[in-house]
Amino acid sequence: MADFILRALVAGLLVALIAGPLGCFVVWRRMAYFGDTLAHSALLGISFGILIDINLQFSVILACLVIALLLFSMESRHHLATDTILGILAHSSLAVGLVILSFTDANMDLMAYLFGDLLTVTNRDLMWIAAGVITALIILVLSWNQLLTITLHQELAQAEGLNVGRMRLLLMLLIATVIALSMKVVGMLLITSLMIIPPASVRNFSNSPEKMAFFASLVGCLAVCGGLLASFYLDTPSGPSIVVSAAVLFMLSSAIKNR
Amino acid sequence: MTNSLLQAQNISLAIDGKQILQNINLQIDAKRIVTLIGPNGAGKTTLVKIVLGLLAPSAGKVNLRNNLRIGYMPQRLHVDNSMPISVQKFLHLAVRAKPELIEKVLDEVKAAHLLHSQIHSLSGGELQRVLLARSLIQDPELLVLDEPVQGVDINGQAELYALIASIRDSHQCGILIVSHDLHLVMSATDEVICLNQHVCCHGHPEQVSNDPAYLELFGKKQAASLAVYAHHHNHSHSLDGEVVNGEALNGDHSGHDHG
Repeated sequence: MADFILRALVAGLLVALIAGPLGCFVVWRRMAYFGDTLAHSALLGISFGILIDINLQFSVILACLVIALLLFSMESRHHLATDTILGILAHSSLAVGLVILSFTDANMDLMAYLFGDLLTVTNRDLMWIAAGVITALIILVLSWNQLLTITLHQELAQAEGLNVGRMRLLLMLLIATVIALSMKVVGMLLITSLMIIPPASVRNFSNSPEKMAFFASLVGCLAVCGGLLASFYLDTPSGPSIVVSAAVLFMLSSAIKNR
Repeated sequence: MTNSLLQAQNISLAIDGKQILQNINLQIDAKRIVTLIGPNGAGKTTLVKIVLGLLAPSAGKVNLRNNLRIGYMPQRLHVDNSMPISVQKFLHLAVRAKPELIEKVLDEVKAAHLLHSQIHSLSGGELQRVLLARSLIQDPELLVLDEPVQGVDINGQAELYALIASIRDSHQCGILIVSHDLHLVMSATDEVICLNQHVCCHGHPEQVSNDPAYLELFGKKQAASLAVYAHHHNHSHSLDGEVVNGEALNGDHSGHDHG
């Protein structure tokens, strides 16, 4: 098998591995639109990174964090619903990103960032992704019970001595990291689907948070394999193919459940 | 004084210039049940948060006995439907509680059979029992129960209050109960504090129920709630739960039409 396919497969599987469990929190805490907003702000990170010439993964994480912090401060100051504020932030950051991009003379392929470009993953990319995924997985496993506790009941967690603010920040940081890592795999417009569809597919087959997280990883990996196969044999774009195969798995799981 | 678990002195809280709490004094002793009662928006839950240290007052201070173990039962647990979690796992999350301890506290609230149930499958009363069990895990010296009978039917409410009284005896702990209905709490309570931004009146339940400040705040409402049962019973209950014949004790029936 060609090297580039193997690299694509490993990168995709790695990202699916962390996107599943983390996506569970996105689903449990109803943060889907929040994830989407962070993904939109990733483009701001990219154009900013190109402008001042720093590592793009790093600048994406930075942009996601800035937007997330902005959201927190806006939530407490404005009398607006959270989804309104998220809408403002998502589209402003995307627009600002595009405008900044026009100032740089980078002759870049925007489509690759919007929809991913898994087949051009380099060894260097792969190293970044592997390091990021392993770090994120370790942090997630270590803080798993605390994250569950703040998800179940914030005040109860606080009364039992947990630093809720710090845990929420940690969760945001993890989501921002995964978004930065999966940029190459499915692209910013499709990232949230990789976090949401696998957990949603396995909800009905799980009776504990851990099982749901594990199954979500599994479904994510299956989706990556299916998408890459389709991409290889049918010559379809890899990112969207992965999401399509995830969607098919979701429909299958609904059908099995309803039988 | 040596028996005192908690003393709150001159607690005031203003948010955005709006006075929420004014000059509140509160003391809870070991083995005593104190009920905090007041209409919606009186600041009961806010006061609880201050007592628990989740919220800082604008003025005044809360003194806790050194190393006081506090058990907290929040008003309501809402777990998103997308999260599968068993009662056992939920109780385990508290302080990594051991299986034997989990079974012991569940047994105490007479809910041992729920150990492997999913949180979503519980009825209102069962869920409150599980929450109560969680507050018992650290063998608390002070229990703080915020509206413990919410979402529980009338019969279940009386049972739950009897259970709380028995917990006071077995754990020898002080208990602070928040309620908006004095009617059922009465028999289990040693002291009542009637709150509406400030402490309107406080003292022994009988004493408070005859206090003009209490009658002004609750008279009509209590009378109305008694009127509902007048259709079904040939007796009514005195405020500490004993059966009495004829008129209820509130004495404010004049000018109030039972139609």
